[in-house]
Amino acid sequence: MLSETLANGNWNLAFLVLFFPLAGLLFNLIAGKWLGEKVIGAVASLATGLSFVMALLMGTWLMQGGGEAVTVPLFDWFRAGSLHLGWTLRIDTLSVMMMLVVTGVGTLIHIYAIGYMHDDVRHQGDPGRFQRFFVFLNLFIFAMLILVSADSYLMMFVGWEGVGLCSYLLIGFWYEKGAEGTGNAKAAKKAFIVNRIGDFGLLLALFLLFGAFGTLNFDPIFKNAALASPAIILAATLLMLLGVAGKSAQLPLFVWLPDAMAGPTPVSALIHAATMVTAGVYLIARSAPLYELAPSAQLVATWLGAATALFAATIAIAQNDIKKVLAYSTISQLGFMVAAVGMGAMVAGLFHLVTHAFFKALLFLAAGSVIQGMERGLHEAAHHGGEYDEDVDPQDMRSMGGLRSRMGLTFWVYLIGALALAGIAPLAGFFSKDEILLDALHEQPGVFAVLLTAAFLTAFYMGRQVLLVFFGQPRSEAAAHATESPAVMTVPLVLLAAGSVLAGALNLPVEGLHWLTGWLEHSIAGAESLPFDWLVAVGSTLVALSGLAAAYFFYGKRQPLGRALADPLSSAGCWVYSAFQHKWWVDDIYRKWLVGPLRAMSEFLAATFDQQVIDGVPKLLGESVKDFAIWLSGLQNGLVRSYIMAVLGGLIFILAFLLFIMR
Amino acid sequence: MEYGLNPLIVVTFFPLLGFLVILFLRETQKEALRWTALLTSLITFGLSLWLLAGFQQNSGDFQMIYDLTWLKIGPALIRLQMGVDGISILMVLLTTFLTPLAILSTWTAVKEKVKGFMLFFMMLETGMLGVFLALDMVLFYVFWEFTLIPMYFLIGIWGGKRRIDAAIKFFLFTMTGSLVMLVAIIFLGLTMGSFSLPELMAANPLIYTAQLWLFLGFGLAFAIKVPLWPFHTWLPDAHVEAPTAGSVILAGVLLKMGTYGFLRFNLPLFPDAARSLAPWIGTLAVAGILYGAVVSWAQKDLKKLVAYSSVSHLGFVMLGIFAFTVEAAEGAVLQMINHGLSTGALFLIVGMLYERRHTRELNAFGGLWKQMPILGSLALVVFLSSLGLPGLNGFVGEFLILAGTFVSPVLNNPWFAILAALGVIWAAVYLLHAFQKVFLGPLKNEANLALKDLNWREIITLIPLLVLIFWLGLYPQPFINLMAASVEKLLK
Repeated sequence: MLSETLANGNWNLAFLVLFFPLAGLLFNLIAGKWLGEKVIGAVASLATGLSFVMALLMGTWLMQGGGEAVTVPLFDWFRAGSLHLGWTLRIDTLSVMMMLVVTGVGTLIHIYAIGYMHDDVRHQGDPGRFQRFFVFLNLFIFAMLILVSADSYLMMFVGWEGVGLCSYLLIGFWYEKGAEGTGNAKAAKKAFIVNRIGDFGLLLALFLLFGAFGTLNFDPIFKNAALASPAIILAATLLMLLGVAGKSAQLPLFVWLPDAMAGPTPVSALIHAATMVTAGVYLIARSAPLYELAPSAQLVATWLGAATALFAATIAIAQNDIKKVLAYSTISQLGFMVAAVGMGAMVAGLFHLVTHAFFKALLFLAAGSVIQGMERGLHEAAHHGGEYDEDVDPQDMRSMGGLRSRMGLTFWVYLIGALALAGIAPLAGFFSKDEILLDALHEQPGVFAVLLTAAFLTAFYMGRQVLLVFFGQPRSEAAAHATESPAVMTVPLVLLAAGSVLAGALNLPVEGLHWLTGWLEHSIAGAESLPFDWLVAVGSTLVALSGLAAAYFFYGKRQPLGRALADPLSSAGCWVYSAFQHKWWVDDIYRKWLVGPLRAMSEFLAATFDQQVIDGVPKLLGESVKDFAIWLSGLQNGLVRSYIMAVLGGLIFILAFLLFIMR
Repeated sequence: MEYGLNPLIVVTFFPLLGFLVILFLRETQKEALRWTALLTSLITFGLSLWLLAGFQQNSGDFQMIYDLTWLKIGPALIRLQMGVDGISILMVLLTTFLTPLAILSTWTAVKEKVKGFMLFFMMLETGMLGVFLALDMVLFYVFWEFTLIPMYFLIGIWGGKRRIDAAIKFFLFTMTGSLVMLVAIIFLGLTMGSFSLPELMAANPLIYTAQLWLFLGFGLAFAIKVPLWPFHTWLPDAHVEAPTAGSVILAGVLLKMGTYGFLRFNLPLFPDAARSLAPWIGTLAVAGILYGAVVSWAQKDLKKLVAYSSVSHLGFVMLGIFAFTVEAAEGAVLQMINHGLSTGALFLIVGMLYERRHTRELNAFGGLWKQMPILGSLALVVFLSSLGLPGLNGFVGEFLILAGTFVSPVLNNPWFAILAALGVIWAAVYLLHAFQKVFLGPLKNEANLALKDLNWREIITLIPLLVLIFWLGLYPQPFINLMAASVEKLLK
């Protein structure tokens, strides 16, 4: 009987996809105190895993129904005036695809985190926080599923800010650590506030849509979009891009994402690489019917994405922190996706979203394995008579080297991830990136050139990273003593590596195998993929290979970069390289020209204006009444002659009044 | 006319019963004093639920009207006329809900002169309920002024170091507005031959010039109470000096008397003036939203920071009221409740910190989440609620206000909503700044290493607020249903 209910598309069960992570987080929140790490981790992973199963089921139900979107109302939210909103799920091929990515990659990262956090909470000195981590992680899955399964912009916004909250909580997970003890807390705050700046744009877009359509539900808006004033659609889609720039870390709001690496590495993998940051791409894809009506907004999105892709790639080549390289790489890859969906190449953008989720999650988790291997190496080295080297930062690639022999499995999966990201055939990244480049060539040759340059840099910085971390001789005692991570961490790595190899099969550029295109055309009208083009494929592969070769030329052959030595590029590139290293000084500019003046204004208003001017007026009023009273009481001075003077004056005044005015 | 057991009379004057009991207790019976006050306020809350049970939410009219002639002045009768509608019932519930929590917060905070404290608190509750239920303008004025006296003493006797100054400032500011309102009330009553709100609402509106002057007369009193920028400077001083329970009630209920006054009197009695002045008031409201937020960010004292945040939040309410759309007005009433809950909870949290550390300086704290995990987690939810996180209470109200303002034909200018939405960013700036300063970062200050986490009484004080914070965020519909008919009638 159970199998029957499940096979026939029982949409009443759709709520389960949200229920499992919610139940998991509540269970761990309430009971976690009395449970061991293994139980907590298992419950949280199971909750996410069950959601994944539910998403798979719904995918099969959709196929049985011919791919038609289904809406499942759960309960009312609020009705005020003409605005009616419910907690309603929208299950279509797009939302199910997102759910599968979120819960699929999410489950693997949950499992990995059981091992990673076991070490991390001890390394950081607060084992009690293990429980909190998994509560937050399940909360994130819950919020992200709300985001992708919402049937209205406003419910989506709940998930949108909800994942932002989880991001805040998890970046600041070790809130007493970081620079001066407040570094992590500040990074978390920065992420939330920068995202809120983006949300401001999104909020205004919602006002515009509400004003034009009287509703915020997807279907009625998309159906009537063509009837609305083009100016409003243009404004709304442009304002949405501000939200996209915030959440998906595009220019000019990308500054929060590199700092977000303060969070534990599984968080960087799940939230700040694979899922949350792609919400902006999802938003554009979801709003495809609006963007199609606003070519100018599409153009802006395309160039925004392309510019970000190149900009972030230039920064990535000059970073020495293993996670920072990956962070800028993520910004750059998100740029590829935004450029793609901006051009209207929805499938290509979403395809890259999926493959990127695999290989970037893989890279982050493998980087986490490297970091913990280095930490173990540090302790090991200290144990063997050496001193605990405080100066060695286990995330600094300059201290690594030669880890290939110490951490074999991690090396191989890292290599797969790096090659997939670089776009080497037949790994997943090759197919998705190729599709984006192909579309760009047809739509915007200029964008094609920019993205191709970014692709070259991508191969270059990944080649550099692999060479610095895994090849050559160990450049510190920690690297010389590093050890491989436990199976609970490596098994998810292997699975993600398999995904990074195979995910390209989702949309092979062969007639009849455009499987993802066929899947998504049920949600996105006019979804299509261009026919395979050998020129682009061979060209982009050559570009990627030359990037790797260049990396080998600088970092492989000559074994440079001791901890104190300068990067070989720094002498070659003068101020340009300095710009890369300093992230084009964007953070400094914001600090000096935006945050600083605002803070000064705030201090001035609070200390001077509010106290002296606004409060000064009533104070002055009070003082003058008092002075007047003192003067008045001075009249009663006990001298008869002044009283007589006053009486006389009064008499004269009354007489004058009667004689001259009352006449 | 009805002389039976009118629920409005019962609810309004029940706290005075507690007042009488407390009167006969001795100062030394501190526990009995506290329990009497707490039980009285709890029963009053129960009675307000009874009131709710008999309330017809489909009707936008005043219900359960109690009417008794009191005095006759010239052509006009002054009556003991009370009634409830969808807006006032929510304010009544807010009042009776917050009062027991405020009393609970005094358990260990108020050790001296407990008797006097509780006496004033009971008086205060009756006064506030009367303000929300009075339909006769003179009766309204009496209750309005009646709340002033207990609050004056609560600040002046149980307050902090500069309590006397703050109490006098509070009194003078409010009194200035009230006196102008009294003149307006007398003028209006004698001109129209009635002080009764339902009768005045049924009569033809006055000529525009009269409306304008009367609007300003009433409006000044309400604007100072709200407080609408730039009449706000009494508020930070009053809050900083007031005892915790006083701050909770001051922010939670007394400020709402101002916004309620605009809804109750200015909108229906002077409709043309209200509409023509809407852009001006909207401008002040937006100024308050941004100004309150920016100034809040610079505060070094946590309580002052929360006080300025009220200026910002109440700006949203004022904007919603003067947008003249159903969405915005319902959002405004919702936000009046939300602000009562969130800011009430914030002041309770500040009080819990102050009781332990005897300071509210942001720099004195840091890293408290580690030392006080329960308080840290509960405070996180409250801070997030105050910054309008979707899913929690503040969001729906704020969104309705902004969306309704954006499409408002009366304001007819998108910049009101756009600038006000900037306040949403600022809220994150100052609240996360405060949360970080107090709860995040390392535990550096040695004085904080000995801090004890919340006890059961304190947890019980906060939990009801948290339940409502989630309820109003996820399913505010029952609250909207209560007010909908009255709000729609108001905007007709």
